[in-house]
Amino acid sequence: MPPDQNQLFQPTEKLVSWGRVVRAPHRLAKPGHPDELAPLIESLTPEEPGLAIGLRRSYGDSNLNPNGAVIDMTGLDAMIAFDRDSGLMRAEAGVSLSQCLQVLVPSGWFLPTTPGSRFVTLGGAVANDVHGKNHHSAGTFGASVTRLGLRRSDSEPQTLERGDPLFHATIGGLGLTGVIEWVEFQAVRIPSAYLDAEDISFANVNDYFELMKERGASFEHTMAWIDCLAGGDQLGRGVLSLANWSEKGGLKPHREDPRLAVPFNAPGFALNTASVKAFNTAYNALKKTREGASHPHYEPFLYPLDSIANWNRMYGSKGFFQYQSVIPPDAAQDVTVDMLQAIAASGQGSFLAVIKTFGSAEPVGLLSFPMEGVTLALDFPNKGETTQNLMRRLDDIVTAAGGRLYPAKDGRISAETFKAGYPQWEGFNQFVDPVLSSGFWRRVTQ
Amino acid sequence: MNTETETSASERAPPASNGRRVVILGALSAIAVATARIYAGEGARLLLVARNGERLDRIAADLRARGAASVDTAAIDLASEAANARQHLSGWVKTIGGIDHALLFYGYLGDQSAAQTDPEELSRILAVNFTSAAQWSEAIAAHYRKQDRGALVVISSVAGDRGRQSNYAYGAAKGGISLFIQGLAHSLAPTGAHATAIKLGFVDTPMTDGMDKSGPLWATPAQVAPMIHKAAEKGGPFHYGPWFWRWIMLIIRSVPAFIMHRTKL
Ligand SMILES: Cc1cc2nc3c(=O)[nH]c(=O)nc-3n(C[C@H](O)[C@H](O)[C@H](O)COP(=O)(O)OP(=O)(O)OC[C@H]3O[C@@H](n4cnc5c(N)ncnc54)[C@H](O)[C@@H]3O)c2cc1C
Repeated sequence: MPPDQNQLFQPTEKLVSWGRVVRAPHRLAKPGHPDELAPLIESLTPEEPGLAIGLRRSYGDSNLNPNGAVIDMTGLDAMIAFDRDSGLMRAEAGVSLSQCLQVLVPSGWFLPTTPGSRFVTLGGAVANDVHGKNHHSAGTFGASVTRLGLRRSDSEPQTLERGDPLFHATIGGLGLTGVIEWVEFQAVRIPSAYLDAEDISFANVNDYFELMKERGASFEHTMAWIDCLAGGDQLGRGVLSLANWSEKGGLKPHREDPRLAVPFNAPGFALNTASVKAFNTAYNALKKTREGASHPHYEPFLYPLDSIANWNRMYGSKGFFQYQSVIPPDAAQDVTVDMLQAIAASGQGSFLAVIKTFGSAEPVGLLSFPMEGVTLALDFPNKGETTQNLMRRLDDIVTAAGGRLYPAKDGRISAETFKAGYPQWEGFNQFVDPVLSSGFWRRVTQ
Repeated sequence: MNTETETSASERAPPASNGRRVVILGALSAIAVATARIYAGEGARLLLVARNGERLDRIAADLRARGAASVDTAAIDLASEAANARQHLSGWVKTIGGIDHALLFYGYLGDQSAAQTDPEELSRILAVNFTSAAQWSEAIAAHYRKQDRGALVVISSVAGDRGRQSNYAYGAAKGGISLFIQGLAHSLAPTGAHATAIKLGFVDTPMTDGMDKSGPLWATPAQVAPMIHKAAEKGGPFHYGPWFWRWIMLIIRSVPAFIMHRTKL
């Protein structure tokens, strides 16, 4: 008889993901020591499955298990070992990238790659095989992972290594192949905690592709911000940000706590089209004054949004959607234009639109999102059916171009769209632990 | 904008390894772990004490990876071993070469309603939070008097500022230890050593699981740890953590009994 789930998990109505759209009751447990994990997993069954979750920075429902159990892994946040000579770091899955940096940076090491938020756990970084501004040179986070500790319901705790099929299923495996207990990865050397950065504005999206061809290859970090409200020959105007690690500046880590907070949900009017427009124009102006070279610390450069805690609440109580696609290289330029046109035509201003060219590294995970091509990430405030319609239009464009969407950002795509983007999902399915599931997984495999 | 980031970043430079020797009693509490991590980042030599040796090993590895110069552990029951505090301390002094800071984190919240009917529970709440903590503090003070320096920090609670129906056994023990440390600080004044009690408000730890933690008064261990670390550095008989509890408790202490008795606080 498995232990009773109701005794180990507490009911909660409050669990939301970063987009704050999906609202559902859960049963929650937060182990504080690794020895508390085994009974939690033993209490899960295929009828009452569970899911391990991290800092809930995924936007949709891939980190939720509506009406089911979740194991909050953030209490398992101990480092296990760090070799300051070789840069090999091993830590429990609940350790945040932010905490890793506190240890890595002073001794001249850095994360091999990092998403745009440092409030992400190692477990979450592995389960979504996250990518950063240096994808074209470093590949995904999974590419640096040397070993993983995994706990499944149907076997003893195991240590997985590169080459092991379960290792590659777990990287990008959306938390479904088992509970990741610890992660070991290879850090990279940095000469300082600062970057030599350059911002260049471009007049439209075609210029972005030109600029990237000319300049992209000589920088480790590249990404561009796009003004989604401009149309016509200004369609896709924006600012390209390029950077390499600097030799100068010393090895100071960031300050751990965000300085500003959005303490409650902003009222609905806070982010209407006019305010998005004002924001985008102001941001553009600001970027222009900074155009040229700068020497930022990694914190504002890599994590611009982390300085405001709970910035996601700016979108009000209905929450918001993030939409992230990748389009293969040959079609990328034309398809990106099509997508931006569809967005401009809809008038559903995107607050933040980011474009980035992925490199050609082979995916490490069976279900990894990144592939060679161009990725576009968009935020849409939740305006109900009109927002859903726009996103369905975009789905059609992406699918027709042989692209796919990022599960970490998704809470809505249809099973058809997912399966078209990830035909390998059936091969992945055999690795899914029968007692694990998520809202996302039930939806896209139905 | 960039210059501002650079200057504030330079203020955040981690202090160079200072080799400070620190004993942490109740090292498995979430607040103790967060505080020990600050010391580890400074390259301190740590000695961790708590009951569960396996769990101590996990925290020791964590602190080593975070930069502690050395981490030793001692698995003992701090409540029942308090009478032998001096012997334990002299052993630990040999292990890490001395004691510069000692921090006492352990506590037992207990069950107020059980304490009203079960004398065992009542005496356990009082013995763990007051008697044993006082014995450890006195033994540490004895060591500090010999060396004329050293910092002692004892984690107390705002629950000790006014007796309330919901937790007066725990509150009385914590109020007692705060008073004890106030007196101990006075007695240490002629030496270079100091003692400090930190009265914490609501902190989100496993000890408080089961309470509704949604209000704005809740702090995380990572938020209160820097002030504990700073108090060890600076001394002063009392600190409230976070600071606003000082004003909340000022109000709570001044509520007249006839009003207080109508509340469920
Ligand atoms: C501001 C911001 C910027 C971002 N920028 C990027 C970016 O540039 N690139 C990018 O790739 N992503 C980006 N993201 C998304 C984020 O990196 C991913 O969603 C990441 O997976 C979140 O990690 P988490 O710890 O919050 O995990 P959660 O969101 O809580 O969970 C994510 C997944 O990991 C699984 N999981 C978590 N812990 C474990 C465990 N211990 N064992 C097994 N499974 C586990 C969960 O089941 C779930 O499937 C960004 C997010 C934000 C908020």
